[in-house]
Amino acid sequence: MVPLSWYIMLSAVVFSIGVIGFLTRRNLIIVFISVELMLNAANISLVAFSHYLQSIKGQIMVFFIITVAAAEAAIGLAILIAFYRNNPTIKVDEINLLKG
Amino acid sequence: MLEYTLIPLLPLIAFVINIIFGRNYIKDKAHWVSVPAVIGSFVLAVAAFMDVQSGKVININLYRWIVSGDFNVPIGFLIDPLTAVMLIVVTSISSLIFIYSIGYMHGDKGYYRFFAYLSLFVFSMLTLVMSNNFLLLYFGWEAVGLCSYFLIGFWFDKKSAANAGKKAFIVNRFGDFGFGLGVILVFLTFGSLEYTKVFSDAGSVIGKTISIFGYEVNTITLICLLLFCGAVGKSAQLPLHVWLPDAMEGPTPVSALIHAATMVTAGVFMVARCNPLFSLSHTAMTTVAVVGGVTSIFAASIGLVQNDIKRIIAYSTVSQLGYMFLALGVGAYSAGIFHLYTHAYFKALLFLGSGSVIHALHDEMNIQKMGGLKKYMPVTYWTFIAASLSIAGIPGLAGFFSKDEILWRAYAGGDAGRWLWLLATIAAFMTAFYSFRLIFLTFHGKFRGTHEQEHHLHESPSVMTIPLIFLAIGAVASGWVGIPPLLMEHGDRIGEFLAPVLGPPKGEGSHAEEWMVMGLSVFVGLAGIFTAYIMYLKKTELPYKIGEKFQAVYKLLYNKYWIDELYDKTIVRPVLSVSEKIILGFFDAKIIEGVVNGVPNLIGAFSQRLRKIQTGMLSHYAVAMALGVLVIIGAVIFLK
Repeated sequence: MVPLSWYIMLSAVVFSIGVIGFLTRRNLIIVFISVELMLNAANISLVAFSHYLQSIKGQIMVFFIITVAAAEAAIGLAILIAFYRNNPTIKVDEINLLKG
Repeated sequence: MLEYTLIPLLPLIAFVINIIFGRNYIKDKAHWVSVPAVIGSFVLAVAAFMDVQSGKVININLYRWIVSGDFNVPIGFLIDPLTAVMLIVVTSISSLIFIYSIGYMHGDKGYYRFFAYLSLFVFSMLTLVMSNNFLLLYFGWEAVGLCSYFLIGFWFDKKSAANAGKKAFIVNRFGDFGFGLGVILVFLTFGSLEYTKVFSDAGSVIGKTISIFGYEVNTITLICLLLFCGAVGKSAQLPLHVWLPDAMEGPTPVSALIHAATMVTAGVFMVARCNPLFSLSHTAMTTVAVVGGVTSIFAASIGLVQNDIKRIIAYSTVSQLGYMFLALGVGAYSAGIFHLYTHAYFKALLFLGSGSVIHALHDEMNIQKMGGLKKYMPVTYWTFIAASLSIAGIPGLAGFFSKDEILWRAYAGGDAGRWLWLLATIAAFMTAFYSFRLIFLTFHGKFRGTHEQEHHLHESPSVMTIPLIFLAIGAVASGWVGIPPLLMEHGDRIGEFLAPVLGPPKGEGSHAEEWMVMGLSVFVGLAGIFTAYIMYLKKTELPYKIGEKFQAVYKLLYNKYWIDELYDKTIVRPVLSVSEKIILGFFDAKIIEGVVNGVPNLIGAFSQRLRKIQTGMLSHYAVAMALGVLVIIGAVIFLK
């Protein structure tokens, strides 16, 4: 039996990797994947708690999140492609049109 | 009684109608609105005069204008003998001048505007003379000043006219500032602005003093001097006379109405109205008399050598106003008002006559370029003669009676009066001289203008000559109500009529002295005319010789004692340079604009710094977000 804290730690590690990837990487695709990592870290902790508490609610929530994440990924990539057609770059540093 | 309210209201209504509908609808029929209105005022004024003559004094409050604590000012009218005389003078002269203007202003593009302002002026002047309190007087006072500004600058597209209008307004401000302070001081002293209250309480404040910068000043004297400041400005006395000659830039009917017959007499009227106050202050009275006496000779001496027909008459006005103040100053209030009344007729006549000449010569005003107009313009010529004889003080004519009365009262008015009498007598000589110099140069001799002008010479239309004839009757006959008792028992009807308001004239003297004064004044008048005759008709080279010989004097007089230049150097230029350098250059540019522009500049500069954090880099925002989350988590964990 794997204790709950292991799951939570895994979730925290995955989340931190996501955050650090999001903050440090310059490639927009990687940044995007990092966001997905953070979402999935949340999913891990939800499933873990659901199992621990013997409640199905957490797992239902996870399905919702996966669905939303899929839709979000589709829209995000679509925006990215639309952007790329106008500005042929995927480097985050060069995407600074909103600079004050 | 209430119908007398219409006396000022009729011209006001005419003004409103003309100013609103004039431009688009009434246009060159504006006189159909204004002339009946002012004639209506005249008829009512005569009715009021009759009422007053039968012994009634009308004093009604129509409306509570301002109420604030103890400060209570009504709009109210007082019609007593003094007001009645003024009403007759103002409305009769205005009526004639309005009619004259129909001819003179014919075809002017501002015709309706002219009649509108003229009506507004008559309204203001009537309010001024009819008011029963100081504040309404002040209102009328400022309103006539405003109208004067409008009318002097009537041809505002001419720069000199626009400047003259400004000059008149600004010079008057100097006097009116004092006048305003005087009115305030009246209220502070008496707690009321109504004449009846103020004048009946005047005795109770004798000897009271007021402290100014540590000096104790007699309150009554101070009030009188402050009020007199206003009179000096409005009535163009030394040292604020400079605006009146320049005011001749306005159309001639305006010069006649405002700058000879009515507005400039407001100062005289006001001092006469306040005679219960002035009589209590010897200092103020002496000041009035000296200013008047000195101005009379000062202005007359300038008039001797001027060449602009209207300016000569303007200086003559200043000089005659000086006479009136001299009379007021020696306590002969009714003599001053009497002269005001006769002067109004002959001076309006002189101006309208000169207007007729200018009209015939197509705006030529230099008398050196006139001459020989007698045979072309007989009506103008003979009425001009009547007015000039009157102003020169030829026995039997209006000017003789009033001027003689003033000279006699000055002579009888003690030591200072004796000196002022001497000045005034010399001024009388000058008056006769310059009046007839004007006549001889304008109407006699050969025509000195261009051929084209000569070809077009013509007498003015009858709408202009008929008012001249009426005024000539006034210039001859208006003095017959004030024949001195020396010549006719109870001849001084106007003096007796005014006595309830102005009191009996002061001063003692024997009959012999009175004959002497009268004889001398007639003599100097005739001598003046004779001298002018010799110099300008017989030996025409004489003026040039004299001018050569006394070049310094001639230049001094011709340049009007350089008063304008003096004011320009000492007041106008410093004020202008202070305005330009300090007000405009420093205060306005640095302080006002500094604040106005400084605030947005500061915000702008701050934003410039602040916008640096808006890098547009996604990762920077993400860091900020992550740090924010950390801070919140930290707060949740550690700051329970």
